[in-house]
Amino acid sequence: MMARSPSSIPELVCPAGTPAGLRTAVDAGAHSVYCGFRDETNARNFPGLNFDRAEMREGIAYAHERGVKVLVAVNTFMRAGAVDLWKRGVDDAVAAGADALILADVALVAYARETYPKQRLHLSVQAAAATPEAIAFYRDRFGIARVVLPRVLTVEEIARLTATAAPCETEVFVFGGLCVMAEGRCMLSSYATGKSPNMTGVCSPPSHVEYREENGALVASVGGFTVERFARGEPAGYPTLCKGRFQVNAAALHLFEDPVSLNAVELLPRLADIGVAAFKIEGRQRGRAYVSTVVRAFRRAVDAIATSGRIDVTELRALTEGQAETTGSYKKAWR
Amino acid sequence: MRGYLPPYLAKAASVLPLLPLELVARRLLANAMAVRPTFALRLGEHAGRTFAIDPVDCPFVFLITPEESRASIRVVRDLSAAAYDARIAAPLVVLLGMIDGTYDGDALFFSRDLVIEGDTGAVLALRNAIENAELDPSLVLGLPKNIHGPFNRATDMALNRLRRTLDAPEPSGPKAYSS
Repeated sequence: MMARSPSSIPELVCPAGTPAGLRTAVDAGAHSVYCGFRDETNARNFPGLNFDRAEMREGIAYAHERGVKVLVAVNTFMRAGAVDLWKRGVDDAVAAGADALILADVALVAYARETYPKQRLHLSVQAAAATPEAIAFYRDRFGIARVVLPRVLTVEEIARLTATAAPCETEVFVFGGLCVMAEGRCMLSSYATGKSPNMTGVCSPPSHVEYREENGALVASVGGFTVERFARGEPAGYPTLCKGRFQVNAAALHLFEDPVSLNAVELLPRLADIGVAAFKIEGRQRGRAYVSTVVRAFRRAVDAIATSGRIDVTELRALTEGQAETTGSYKKAWR
Repeated sequence: MRGYLPPYLAKAASVLPLLPLELVARRLLANAMAVRPTFALRLGEHAGRTFAIDPVDCPFVFLITPEESRASIRVVRDLSAAAYDARIAAPLVVLLGMIDGTYDGDALFFSRDLVIEGDTGAVLALRNAIENAELDPSLVLGLPKNIHGPFNRATDMALNRLRRTLDAPEPSGPKAYSS
């Protein structure tokens, strides 16, 4: 493999759930940080997370002083009768100096483009644009500069999409919690709790999650549905329906998805080769220890692409869901 | 769970009165709230909930209720007669590591080194508020600013040594053993 010039190295896009998380990501080597406001306009609307308006301004200033970009996610779908909340999110993110807005709702994309013709816009993974036609529509109609691809594509599919999307850039997830659904089209959380990541910004909202100990086992339920029973000492995962373990033909199986984390570090050179512009680390709901460790490791890995070097990231294993990793759909190695 | 203090320490502590411990804990909590006066704001609707912080290797439990710019704390022997909204349980050195950002709460949960019960939303709000507070030993102890750096480094070294001795989960981030 040829060594690359630093300018052709993909951007490392890192999560920040709190102002402290943003500073941690910046200090750990993020090229850009993504975050959102403390309301239902962003897809990580969990208790205690996110930024008020003043915190967003201060966070962006902190990042800009250190040459790091901030991408503000206003990436849930607008609720009829309450669209001003989302429009205000766009207005305030632009006023705060966001380098790009990450949007999903097509009407909000239209509003942002018409109101702020020069603002850089990214298409959220929540929009589930996974065909050349869908990406071309957003690119040609609204000038979308980058599309975040769903985590259900293979590397070959990403290569073809990246080639046809240009000059629109592509961004792919490389580490963190894995969503096996075509994001924006999952109804499991809504079914169980009445709340969804796409509308209210919470998948399996903690207000509907219950844990209890039963004879040493950890039993997790969501909206009254028991979704998992972890035996004593067995690694645990998030209490989502998609990662639940259910009785099927007398066997307890992870019916939809195993509780594992995506780790595509070994694929970074290939993804860079096919022209992916940005690597995204999932985890705005995670703590500073996670952000610091993962961002430092991936920054080393991204920098190593330039020199064709290899990097050991086994230190990340302890931070993964279920204490297990996968390359997910990128390799599609399963049945 | 990993990182238990030796049982003889728990046994020795069980004969000590709780009042001095409660007075010290109250002072430390007041220090923390003084340097982070907006702490409870981040809790949102969960401000005013009572959290049982349970060091499972110690013969006492802290009952903490953060509200506006202050927080109340009580120390009890056990939770059988206590009213609380959520319980967060782990060995003492693990709980301390969650306060100062040594550990990622999700990772501790995945590895079963942390148990949560009760109002899961309130637990999450508290975890995120603590994460954002960036508390460190010198802030909580109310030490003068000019000694924060060396004092925190010395404390981190001592706690890491203790965690290794107790076979506690390995820290990640800036406080990893190798850093």
